[in-house]
Amino acid sequence: MAMELDVFVGNTTIMDEDVYLLWLDGYTVSDAVSMRMKSGILEQCGASQDVLESDTMDHYRTFQMTERLLHNPSKLVNQLLFQIPPHRQNMLIERWGGGAAIVKITVQKCYKILNPFSPSLAPSLPPSLALTGRYYAFDEAFVREVLGKKLSKGTKKDLDDVSAKTGITLKSCRRQFDNFKRVFKVVEEMKGPLVENIHQNFLLSDRLARDYAAIVFFANSRFETGKKKLQYLTFEDFAFCAEQLIQNWTLGAVDSMVEDMDVDLDKEFLQDLKDLKVLITDKDMMDQHKSLVCTALRGKLQVFSEMEGSFKNLSRGLVNIAGKLMNNKDVRDLFIDLVEKFIEPCKSDKWSLNDVRLFLTQHTNSVRALDAFKHQAVWERYMRVIQSCILKMYHD
Amino acid sequence: MPGKLKVRIVAGRHLPVMDRASDLTDAFVEVKFGNTTFKTDVFPKSLNPQWNSEWFKFEVDDEDLQDEPLQITVLDHDTYSANDAIGKVYIDIDPLLSSEAATVISGWFPIYDTIHGIRGEINVVVKVDLFNDLNRFRQSSCGVKFFCTTSIPKCYKVVTVHGFVEELVVNEDPEYQWIDRIRTPRASNEARQRLISLMSGELQRKIGLKVLEMGGNAVVGYLQCFDLEGESGLVVRAIGTACTLDKLSNPSAALLPACNSPSKEIKEVPFSEDPNPNTHSSGPSTPLKNQTYSFSPSKSYSRQSSSSDTDLSLTPKTGMGSGGSAGKEGGPLKTLLRQQTQTALEQREFPFFTLTCFPPGFLVHVGGVVSARSVKLLDRIHNPDEPETRDAWWEEIRQEIKSHAKALGCHAVIGYSESTSICEEVCILSASGTAAVLNPKFLQDGSLDGCSEHRLSRQPTYFSTGSEKGEFDFLPLSKDSSSVLGLEEPSPPSCGFCHIPYDELNMPFPAHLTYCYNCRKQKVPDVLFTTVDLPVEAAVTGKGCLIQARLCRLKKKAQGEANATAISNLLPFMEYELHTQLMNKLKLRGMNALFGLRIQISVGENMLVGLASATGVYLTALPTPGGIQIAGKTPSDITYEQHISNMQKKINDTIAKNKELYEITPPEMSEEIIGSPIPEPRQRSRIFRSHSESSDEISELDLSHGKKDAFVLEIDDADAVEDIHSLLTDAPLPAGFYSCNTEIMPGIYNWTTGLQMFTSVRVFRLNNVNLTNQGLNKIFNDLCENLLKSLYFKLRSMIPCCLCHVNFTVAVPEDELIQVAVTAVAMTFDKDQAQESWKASVDKALMKVIAENEEQLQFPLELCSDSPGAQPFSPRKGTAASVEYSSFANRCNSWIELVKVKALTIRRGSIKTTSSLEKASPQALGHARVRSTTAYTGSTITVVKMTPLSFIPGAKIVKYVGIINMFFIRETTSLREEGGVSGFLHAFIAEVFAMVRAHVAALGGNAVVSYIMKECVFMENPNKNQAQCLINVSGDAVIFVRESELEAIPVQPQTTSSQASNGGADVTT
Repeated sequence: MAMELDVFVGNTTIMDEDVYLLWLDGYTVSDAVSMRMKSGILEQCGASQDVLESDTMDHYRTFQMTERLLHNPSKLVNQLLFQIPPHRQNMLIERWGGGAAIVKITVQKCYKILNPFSPSLAPSLPPSLALTGRYYAFDEAFVREVLGKKLSKGTKKDLDDVSAKTGITLKSCRRQFDNFKRVFKVVEEMKGPLVENIHQNFLLSDRLARDYAAIVFFANSRFETGKKKLQYLTFEDFAFCAEQLIQNWTLGAVDSMVEDMDVDLDKEFLQDLKDLKVLITDKDMMDQHKSLVCTALRGKLQVFSEMEGSFKNLSRGLVNIAGKLMNNKDVRDLFIDLVEKFIEPCKSDKWSLNDVRLFLTQHTNSVRALDAFKHQAVWERYMRVIQSCILKMYHD
Repeated sequence: MPGKLKVRIVAGRHLPVMDRASDLTDAFVEVKFGNTTFKTDVFPKSLNPQWNSEWFKFEVDDEDLQDEPLQITVLDHDTYSANDAIGKVYIDIDPLLSSEAATVISGWFPIYDTIHGIRGEINVVVKVDLFNDLNRFRQSSCGVKFFCTTSIPKCYKVVTVHGFVEELVVNEDPEYQWIDRIRTPRASNEARQRLISLMSGELQRKIGLKVLEMGGNAVVGYLQCFDLEGESGLVVRAIGTACTLDKLSNPSAALLPACNSPSKEIKEVPFSEDPNPNTHSSGPSTPLKNQTYSFSPSKSYSRQSSSSDTDLSLTPKTGMGSGGSAGKEGGPLKTLLRQQTQTALEQREFPFFTLTCFPPGFLVHVGGVVSARSVKLLDRIHNPDEPETRDAWWEEIRQEIKSHAKALGCHAVIGYSESTSICEEVCILSASGTAAVLNPKFLQDGSLDGCSEHRLSRQPTYFSTGSEKGEFDFLPLSKDSSSVLGLEEPSPPSCGFCHIPYDELNMPFPAHLTYCYNCRKQKVPDVLFTTVDLPVEAAVTGKGCLIQARLCRLKKKAQGEANATAISNLLPFMEYELHTQLMNKLKLRGMNALFGLRIQISVGENMLVGLASATGVYLTALPTPGGIQIAGKTPSDITYEQHISNMQKKINDTIAKNKELYEITPPEMSEEIIGSPIPEPRQRSRIFRSHSESSDEISELDLSHGKKDAFVLEIDDADAVEDIHSLLTDAPLPAGFYSCNTEIMPGIYNWTTGLQMFTSVRVFRLNNVNLTNQGLNKIFNDLCENLLKSLYFKLRSMIPCCLCHVNFTVAVPEDELIQVAVTAVAMTFDKDQAQESWKASVDKALMKVIAENEEQLQFPLELCSDSPGAQPFSPRKGTAASVEYSSFANRCNSWIELVKVKALTIRRGSIKTTSSLEKASPQALGHARVRSTTAYTGSTITVVKMTPLSFIPGAKIVKYVGIINMFFIRETTSLREEGGVSGFLHAFIAEVFAMVRAHVAALGGNAVVSYIMKECVFMENPNKNQAQCLINVSGDAVIFVRESELEAIPVQPQTTSSQASNGGADVTT
């Protein structure tokens, strides 16, 4: 006595937002059914559990069939298999692409937020809420685990650990990982701006495209983000840093029509960074630099004496980081170095963010007054990024 | 050499990867028609090839053009081994052969493979240059238009209805040929698809020839089916109604707010029912042609008033043309009519009509449902060119139907359909329809003119009265109406069709007759069953609802004749029980008539499954149904009595609840107000008289059969317990939902534009070896109920909505499997009737005057006459019509035939006219415009609406671009990998929809109306990881324009949009 077969197919494809979220989240059908039941949907509609099971199965099948298209969203626009009305299609596209800010709430939370609304009201929900569950959206917890890791089979094998650690279902982890990898593969070798390429090929919103650009960039250069000291940093911090790096340190920052332009760092520039060493090796120059900074900051800095005391260490730290960047391995350690060599010392001396900002600005600008220093352009290109990254990273 | 077919292959996109090494494909295309094949160049290494081929030209006979499909095969070129097929596209070029349909087929078609499903798309352009062939002996019938729609298509008017056309062709099924043992499943599937495509082309051509012989130019209500008889062959058969249609020259003319000159409009469209969905916009001019479903004026019973009643009685009913002074009993009139009709119909072998909707005035009387079934043993068809046996079988059945119709005093059968159910070598052939008396004037050539003149002469009065009265519509009964009612005039169209066509003194079956509650002049039965749609002019109280009777009967496994005998023995009992169930459920809902009745009996190896679906309504003209009385046989036991009275109470509660739900308000009140001209006592006495005179003995006789009375359920009977149980287990509709299986839902007029067509299929496996009939019934009942519940849940976002044209099909594909498939459309409507525009201006003032509260407005002044509902549950009323198997004979040895005649009926007194509403409908239009959706942008793909109905709410069909009749096979040998049977079928149905949409879009259309899934044969073998499914769908491809767009752009904007999408073809990504 069993239902051997049970399907429902509409000429216009019906997609339930709540079920979509659950599916994206990697819940099994039976889990999804019990979660939907808890939401009180049955009472609202006077339906039974069988009905809910059958409905959930239908949706899961539909999503599985659409998944192939979601992998290549541009196909979705002119595919014939599912008739998704254009306005709905746009919504669907936006859905993968909506604001990543909301992604910080784990999808599970989103579900709870959605629950009070009856699904019949779903279309009328404010778009920001209705669009939370997205195929290309990712969990903050998850992305922090894999950010900067090689998007390889090896990493994929370790996803069960990630799943156990983050509490995100393995299925969902795999989907998110595959999304990263898919986007990476497509845009890796493309000419033109990275964000634009992602935007075009995956129809993602600008916001999400930027996030993906960061993920691709980090995966390509394999920046270390997982060390304990870096745990306090959020994905948004890194995404911001990635954007700075892309805009200032890559080939694309110099020439806009080369391959890999936004993905790889400008090697020539990294080589040139060696020349900055003179700032710390030349004792006169260093003293002159220090006095310039101290004069300018006197009275403005709350931690003036501490600054005075640690100027040489901090300055040495910043310039040493620059000097090492020609080695790939040291590039990977960029963020850990920034934390160890600069952020931690400042924090231990209880610098405020404003102190850091004033110091870095002055530190960068004062170099212009050093007549003996010949590498102003390289210095400024370097410090522009370092300064904004440190400021972004300087929090608890 | 009458035709040149030209084909161009433009491009492909989203092709599958055929070369694993390069992840690319070297695709080329073969274009085949008849025996000629052309090839494109290979477009190397691309998944989005651009062939931009030359025009491939085929010079062919028009006979071939009709029969053959254009076959396009996409292949992957392989230098070293055989080329691999990617998939195929079959294009039926028939729409290009009629000057009025499409002129070019151009667009993206899914490339379909029977094993892999859709694999990419191909852009194709097809044209036909046709030379006129004046040869009288030609075998082709190019130019005859085919419509699946079972009413007169919207942008046409009917000149003549010629009548029934049928044809069947047979062939060997390729699946059962010896060669099938050595060829691949793909080759076998393709052979089958191609053969069926060829056969349906041939069938259509042959039917077209018959139509031309009859002098017609179109087939309406075309229903083509195929019977997979297994070893004994493949039968493709079709029936339809031949007509002569005239295209409405200027459809936009009808769009003008035509309130100005009603009579003029009538001249333009004399008799024909109104072809475009918009006509309600033409205001008061259209009472005769309100073919409109969406805002159908006559439906607004709430608008009914005695004054309109007056109008109607002043206007002689056209159908009864000569009957102006007919006698009180209507007897002479009937004879006269009969004579008239006879001459018209007797020339025809079968006076059958596959139509279910008719131009007003066409339908004079409805007798009741006639049906015939026969069980046959299949044998091999030896000579496919002479399918005599199959023809003879159907001939027999049609004769039966014809004689049953005669027994009901009718000369025609409308809403006629035929079906089969096959299991191994046993086949049940079924036919059913509604016996009716038709207005002969539609049926003869040439008679139309006179007829329309006759009409016209009357129209002006009609209209003037109508418009004059418009303002008084809401006044409670004016005095003059009652005086008018006293006149012995022919009945108004709102009830005329309910009047019995047969002789009261010589009834073909027992029924209770009463005087019509509408006109009070003619007799009506107490219950009326029909297979047609509710006539638009009919007066209805409240809303309708879907009513189903479900039944399973176990049967021993047997072979050959023994099996056939067993089945034939079971059939009458099944029919009887289905009928009883229908009756009980109808009573339970407080309704008195069924429309769109469809009884399907499917045969399996060890059981028979019966499913009857219909839409119940309360016809105002028929008497209020009595309640259901439960009687116990052993009254001694107190607890037992309590049990019974509890049950009785439950039933009474349900009835009361249903009456409220469907807004069936008893008309008692109004009678006093009216001061009916026929005082109640008098009427009662008449009822008694007729009772004693005619039906008494028969009904007694009937009871003596020992069968349960339809309304008195005896609780001692195990079956009765079951019946009561099943009655009460029918889950109530969730709030906001309505459902019906007809085109329109009585009581809902304000459709909005939300439209969702869907197909749902369920297969249930019975693992219980020792099932009883009861157990089986319960399972089947639950299966259907749960399916409905699921639908309501799925579509909850559309509330308030109505499921229309709910079409269930049951099958017993294997020993322990029951398959139920449903296709229907959910349509949204505006619940807030108070804000409805048809109530707008005119009403508003009146609303204040008349009604303080809205309730009164909504179920208003039902002004009726009699108060029969006084004792709703009294046993006196409990007697009812019963079924009679008029012929039930075991003939010969191999088959048995069963026939049944039914006709039933009721009463009620509110009177309905069209005039009041017409006036308001332009506003309704405006309303619809406001609500219609905004145009979407962004995609290059045309959105194609699909609906089983013949219209699209809020839109006007401007052109029919061709009939869609497609047959697909899908097979898999990796069932598990494709998500099991559900995943497999889900994908296949989605693919079928996609292919239908693509074909419609390529024809330049943007919707399919009258869509139907005629066949869904599913077979599985999970052990071998295999499954196969066959689907046959059909419908009419149309171009519709939203009413909102119509205002702005009177010329078809659709062509441009479709061209735009085709143009987009070249730009592949």
